[in-house]
Amino acid sequence: MGVEAYMAVAGVLFALGIVCIISRRNILYVLMGVEMILNAANINFVAFNRYGNGGMEGRMFAIFVIILAAAEAAIALAIVLNVFHLFQSVRPSEADILRD
Amino acid sequence: MNTLTAFDYKLLLAVPLIPLCGYVIQIFFGRNLPRKGDWLLTGGMFVVMCITVYMFFSKALGHEGTLPFWNESAATEGGPVFRWLYDSSAVSSDRNLVAGILYDGLGATMLMVVGVVSFLVHLFATGYMHGDRRYHIFFANISLFTFAMLGLVLSDNILFLFVFWELMGLMSYLLIGHFSHDPTSSRIKFAAAACKKAFLTTRVGDTCLFFGMAMFYFLLPREYNELVGQGLIEGDTVLSSFRFSELWQMTGAIVEAHGGDYPAWMTVAGLFTFGGTVGKSAQFPLHIWLPDAMEGPTPVSAMIHAATMVAAGVYLLGRMFPMMSPTTLQFVMAIGGITAIFAATIGCTVNDIKGVLAYSTISQLGFMVAAIGTGGLGIVAGLFHMVTHAFFKACLFLSAGSVIHGCHHEQDMRKMGGLRKMMPITFAAMLVCTLAIAGMPLFAGYYSKDRIIASAIESVLTQWRGGNVFVMVVLPLAAMLTTFYMFRLIFMTFFGEYRGGHDDHGHGAHGHDDHAGHDAHAGHDGHGHDHDGHHGHAHTPHESPTNMAIPLIVLGLLGVFGGHMWLTGDPLSDYGTWFTKLVRWEDMYVLPDGTSLQLLKMNMLEVSEHNHHVGHIWAVGVSLTVLVLGVLAAWWMYISKRQDSEAGSGDTAALFPIPAQVTGKLGLVYEAVRDKYYIDEFVNATVIRGTMVAARVQSWIDSNIVDGLVVGTGKTARGFGFLCGWVDKHIVDGAVNWVGNTTQAFSSVVRLFQTGRIQQYISFAVGGALLVAAFHILT
Amino acid sequence: MDPKLQQSVFYAVLALAVVAAIGGGLITHGAEGLAFGLFASFTLGGSLMCIWERSVVRSAFSLMATFMGVAGLFVLLGHDFLAMAQVLIYVGGILALLLFGVMLTPPDLTERKLTRVGGAIVFVFGGAGLVWNHVQSATRSLAVLPPEELAEATTQDRAIGLAFLHPEQYVVAFELAAFLLTVALVAAVYIARRRTEDFEPEEAA
Repeated sequence: MGVEAYMAVAGVLFALGIVCIISRRNILYVLMGVEMILNAANINFVAFNRYGNGGMEGRMFAIFVIILAAAEAAIALAIVLNVFHLFQSVRPSEADILRD
Repeated sequence: MNTLTAFDYKLLLAVPLIPLCGYVIQIFFGRNLPRKGDWLLTGGMFVVMCITVYMFFSKALGHEGTLPFWNESAATEGGPVFRWLYDSSAVSSDRNLVAGILYDGLGATMLMVVGVVSFLVHLFATGYMHGDRRYHIFFANISLFTFAMLGLVLSDNILFLFVFWELMGLMSYLLIGHFSHDPTSSRIKFAAAACKKAFLTTRVGDTCLFFGMAMFYFLLPREYNELVGQGLIEGDTVLSSFRFSELWQMTGAIVEAHGGDYPAWMTVAGLFTFGGTVGKSAQFPLHIWLPDAMEGPTPVSAMIHAATMVAAGVYLLGRMFPMMSPTTLQFVMAIGGITAIFAATIGCTVNDIKGVLAYSTISQLGFMVAAIGTGGLGIVAGLFHMVTHAFFKACLFLSAGSVIHGCHHEQDMRKMGGLRKMMPITFAAMLVCTLAIAGMPLFAGYYSKDRIIASAIESVLTQWRGGNVFVMVVLPLAAMLTTFYMFRLIFMTFFGEYRGGHDDHGHGAHGHDDHAGHDAHAGHDGHGHDHDGHHGHAHTPHESPTNMAIPLIVLGLLGVFGGHMWLTGDPLSDYGTWFTKLVRWEDMYVLPDGTSLQLLKMNMLEVSEHNHHVGHIWAVGVSLTVLVLGVLAAWWMYISKRQDSEAGSGDTAALFPIPAQVTGKLGLVYEAVRDKYYIDEFVNATVIRGTMVAARVQSWIDSNIVDGLVVGTGKTARGFGFLCGWVDKHIVDGAVNWVGNTTQAFSSVVRLFQTGRIQQYISFAVGGALLVAAFHILT
Repeated sequence: MDPKLQQSVFYAVLALAVVAAIGGGLITHGAEGLAFGLFASFTLGGSLMCIWERSVVRSAFSLMATFMGVAGLFVLLGHDFLAMAQVLIYVGGILALLLFGVMLTPPDLTERKLTRVGGAIVFVFGGAGLVWNHVQSATRSLAVLPPEELAEATTQDRAIGLAFLHPEQYVVAFELAAFLLTVALVAAVYIARRRTEDFEPEEAA
């Protein structure tokens, strides 16, 4: 298996993450989509690390991405709860006061 | 040359840090701690006292007394020295700021004194301040003060000394004004005024000290480097420095290069530096704050205004002594002499028990300053007196506090009397320390005071100068007055019959001297918060509790043996005293290279053996004579003709007929002394009134001239503004509006995309990314 | 179309695609291909199900398949430590957080619109397909070794640990990450907390 196979999987996963973000009308899906996108990026990091010249960088970046994802998930969940508290809805289209 | 071990450094660093930590804990949690946290700070101070005493004895006795111990080598041996702005290459930088610990004989002695007195005062305060509503704040403040004082003693540079000096000033301010926060106190306004006065008056001296410090910092290295450039000093150029050792070294080299003369600017700088002493140690023109400072709680008076803070001025003189030119020293000596005699005379007329002690403190500080001014061994005598005085004056203040506490916050001596039987411990402590301050042989004060008078006589024998003669005449007189007023205090307070409790509201109805000690002192019955515990025996004085008695006993013992501690051999041979070995002139000023400063020929009198001998014999005779005279006078006036039958009448003139006759004969002179030579009035009329007048003049200038200018400018500006306004409205606004309208027209189109929905935004982003990618592919 | 029928069609297509992927991998690359096909199917199938499913609970659980699949890909790539971290953090932590989010928000089974999902897929994948060629040609220039020259994939946990703490490598980033996690934790609590006034009873007007 070459690096292209992993890249393909990562690319499709990335695209599916975007689809998840923009197609569903529940703010939790935005969260899930973001996790998919981060996972796609991680696959790329690790794949290039494996097929590259044997350094550590890709792996370390993947670890930090996971760490950031954990932090992001905690904050995002708090934001979701707050949005729900504020708008009494979990639809992202309801939270459009940014327009004004 | 022995140095301190690393463990010793840690101990020394712990010494100021313990009260600092105590302060931090106390200020945040003190209110909630059991007993409001006093045990914590007192326990901490006990540790500090143990460390300082241990360090003192292990270092002072463990080695030959002639060996100084010092830490300057710590800079090279990795001791706790902090380099802030330091550049080892003298070429590229001329600033040098290194802070460390200087622990030499003088510092060790002072540190021990401060540690012991602070602990005892803390202990005393647990009894004296009991029931105060700001009890925990009091302990926090006094602890921070202790930190500042210990830090000042340990500083090896004048900048840090100054920092701690200012911190002490602040804490003095807060502690004097302690009762000004107590709405139940009748003295609230007086306390507030007193702390303000103390702060502002010492600030004058502090400013002087700052100038002096800056002059030494900038000018000493400049002069040194110039002389190096001319080849008059061998060696390299140096950096500016605040460190004592480097200042001493530069001064020594400069004076040597000038053939033993001091440059003229050093006289000026020395006078400025002495200004700090004048402020802090309450010397003649700036002494006015100290009597008023007695508004503070008595433990504060004992610690700050008798033993430690006011002694810091003398300590500063000791540290800066090599930089003092002979001219400066003459001035120092004159000021000290004036202060000594003049405060002693006032002390004879004051009726407030703490007021007497306050003027006594000023007078004794004058003794020390004058002794340092005489040069020669006088500096050792002055510093020695500082140590012994700290013990016995702290004891006297604490005894006075005990009396005040026992008499339910009565401070007027005319309402005391006969307390000898009711308060035996207090009486014993006070008597012992009175004997010490009076210079009774074998008591602590004798050795130091005798040495000071001997120095004065030696200076006259060596150099017949007006200042020397003045001091030689004045100091024995002041010593006699000291004996007189201290025994007057004892006789009025402890002998005869108790005169309090008869007329609760009677003051003001007395005879000739009812104004003495007028505003600040009479009837300190204000902070009535601890009266609850005394209702059962409200009208009879009582002995103080154990925690107040212990400090009295310890300090009383120190008042007796504090002088003997310094003796090694023949008590009459001052060269054999332990103190002169510990604080030896030859070893007091140790330079960075480990040698000691040789200034003996420059600003010290060289006293011949003969003159020394003569001076010493005379001093013994003179001090014994004045002692006897003083006691006899006090006896004659206050004991021999006392009319005990009048004790209940409240009529002081009838009770003590002789003082009434004497003061009657003195007339105007007495009134002048009683009213403190009108110095407060003079200051009011000149400085304060002058400041007010100047302020009014400036106010007039401000409101008429400056304001006129400002208003004129404003009107011009307004006219210009109208013009601008027109241009703005018709030309600029037109352009702006056009831009705005155009933008609005465009934005109404763009606005269609701004839905505020993040999902749409993401879609746009993806679309944009795809467009960019497509563009790359296609091109 | 009937929802049940939709569901059946979707899963049938998905199953076919999975079988095709696994079979294709087995045929072209043997055992490794089989494993890759399996994990890739887990990954992509999970995310497809996530998008497809009406119930947000199901979506969240199908995301678990994605995370496990990615972990499997990491194992295939020889990074077992990362795989373990992936399982622990994503499945154990983030997914649990998401489920809490699901529990704390009301269900809404009507929000999914097939037209919307389909439109998004066409939009994204259509565009992505356009650029795929270009991306492939771009990766040619990357320093990628052919599979036969690869070093043996070994466990490198120790190297990772050392790299984290080596002062010249990642220690600063490591400490920053620790700090960031702490801050994130505190911030999450701060943002999500209920104000005290929320609990105060409404005053009877």
